[in-house]
Amino acid sequence: MSYHSVVMVKQVPDTANISGQVMKPDGTVNRSKLPTVFNPEDKVALELALQLRDRYGGTVRVVTMGPLKASDLLRDCLYMGADEAFLISDRRFAGADTLATSYVLAAALRKLQPFDIVFAGRQAIDGDTAQVGPQTAEKLGLPQITYAEGILDAAGPKIRIRRKIDQGFEVLEGTLPLLVTVVKDAAAPRPCRAKRVMAFKNARTLLELEKMAEANSLLYVDQLKEEYVSKGLFIETMTADDLDVDLARCGLAGSPTKVHKIDSVILGANEHETIPANKEGMYALIDKLMDDHIFG
Amino acid sequence: MNEKKQQVWVFVEQRDGQPADVSLELLSKGRKLAENLRGELKAVLIGHDVGDLAKELFRYGASEVLLADHPSLRHYNTLPYSRIVSELVDQHQPRIVLFGASFVGRDLAPRVASHTQSGLTADCTDLQIADVTYLRKDYAELLLQIRPAFGGNIIATIICPDSPVQMATVREGVMEKIPLAEPVAGHIAPIPYTPEDCDELVRIIERHREENKVDLKAAPIIVSGGYGMGNFQNFQILYDLAHLIGGEVAGTRAAVDAGFIDHNRQVGQTGVTVRPKLYIACGISGAIQHRAGMQDANKIIAINSDPDAPIFGICHYRIVGDVMEVIPMLIDAYKHKLK
Repeated sequence: MSYHSVVMVKQVPDTANISGQVMKPDGTVNRSKLPTVFNPEDKVALELALQLRDRYGGTVRVVTMGPLKASDLLRDCLYMGADEAFLISDRRFAGADTLATSYVLAAALRKLQPFDIVFAGRQAIDGDTAQVGPQTAEKLGLPQITYAEGILDAAGPKIRIRRKIDQGFEVLEGTLPLLVTVVKDAAAPRPCRAKRVMAFKNARTLLELEKMAEANSLLYVDQLKEEYVSKGLFIETMTADDLDVDLARCGLAGSPTKVHKIDSVILGANEHETIPANKEGMYALIDKLMDDHIFG
Repeated sequence: MNEKKQQVWVFVEQRDGQPADVSLELLSKGRKLAENLRGELKAVLIGHDVGDLAKELFRYGASEVLLADHPSLRHYNTLPYSRIVSELVDQHQPRIVLFGASFVGRDLAPRVASHTQSGLTADCTDLQIADVTYLRKDYAELLLQIRPAFGGNIIATIICPDSPVQMATVREGVMEKIPLAEPVAGHIAPIPYTPEDCDELVRIIERHREENKVDLKAAPIIVSGGYGMGNFQNFQILYDLAHLIGGEVAGTRAAVDAGFIDHNRQVGQTGVTVRPKLYIACGISGAIQHRAGMQDANKIIAINSDPDAPIFGICHYRIVGDVMEVIPMLIDAYKHKLK
């Protein structure tokens, strides 16, 4: 049996590499200065989906919800080997917490049915909540396997997955369709292949085509779209109008969690003692720790 | 005035019949939150043959244990567990539901939150009750869900002003486990469970668990390394130091991500919170997520080559220097003085 997968991916600020210029003098974060990256565990999820396709046949589609520039991320997915990419983008989706995000993602996934497996990274590095996967599964009425460390076997409508648990692991057998969230160690993402980069570097969303048409009076959007679709270079965009959603449940309005207060982290001046980094310093330190009744 | 008492619930996770520490910690915290709300604390327990465990929860202040006990519920399984908890929340509308931010809690809580359309905040480092004015509207006694965010550069206070049920997950060790001297006179409310076909859509084929050999929370001394240790090889020197002075080795998330040390030794917001007598921070810059997990240590020694590293802001003894030079000197000094 071949498997049809959809992978949920996210473009995230690179919180792991926050440099000096990203921090404003008041200690807050200047988001516009943050470079964006492919959320690492989503990339692993895509790799796992591609491996499954390579082994058993089938398709891999990717979907992301984000601003228009998230199309960069979708091109990266095409470079890695995804068959088709979808962008969910609408101002009305902005400010969504995990509940409102999963609501829109679930609506988009309904449009992409049928599929056998929905893959996602365990969590995104900008929030670390690990909530969107299970919340999307719940809305679709799908079973879920979180913290997947690898696919052991697939046979017909059943798939065996090893997952992490507290102090150990489990082997689970899931009946498809199913949602799987994936941890970092599950697979090593393949590099983008040069051939695919050449083939898909011109893949465009409708809005990107509109911008091209605006910049050049000889081009017409409808013609462009037709051309890009025929070449397999059209990235479909889904807005609230394309999805069966209640706007009251989308974006900030549909988010039960609200940010009440943000405090920048200010370190209180504390009384500390500087110990010279030499032999005498270390001897003195040991004495102090003995006085503190920690040693001796 | 609402006559019904507000309820604070804690999902109590059992692993092979033993309560997870984090659940007992959350009951201890939940007790205080319930006092603030003049409400009551209840535990939700799912498993098989866990009646004794249910009684133990009275010692942590649960006035009622909602207990679903069935042979097929022995081990955690997403679909039946989430169905039971979701239906209970729908039915009773507790004001607050707390889950441990464990593998189980992080699998279960979002599903329940989605089903009940409740606000859920992950990995809170503090929980408080306060009256809040949000968008010029007054809200009485909301749960403040406090957590570092955005790479630890900010601390966010999250609220769920219009959500009838407020949910949060908390990591192990963040709250303190405080049993009562005398257990409360609580009672057990059996929750009926009827297996359904869909409960078997995911089946457990094999299960391997080892008791955690590493118990960072109990270690009096912790020698901890960060990304500044440079590489896996350098990191090994921390074991030499820990072995000598009778401590455990731990690491930051960056060190775990770099493969220097295993995740079960991670200290910080997404790892374990520790309160040792002595914490030696080696090559750790001191991101707030890490500090959240160790700042209550009795004494902190920080070794870092960057004189402006934030870790120095919370340490007691500050050593500016190369860890790979300082630690051998510290080892020699200890041997000379104490051996």
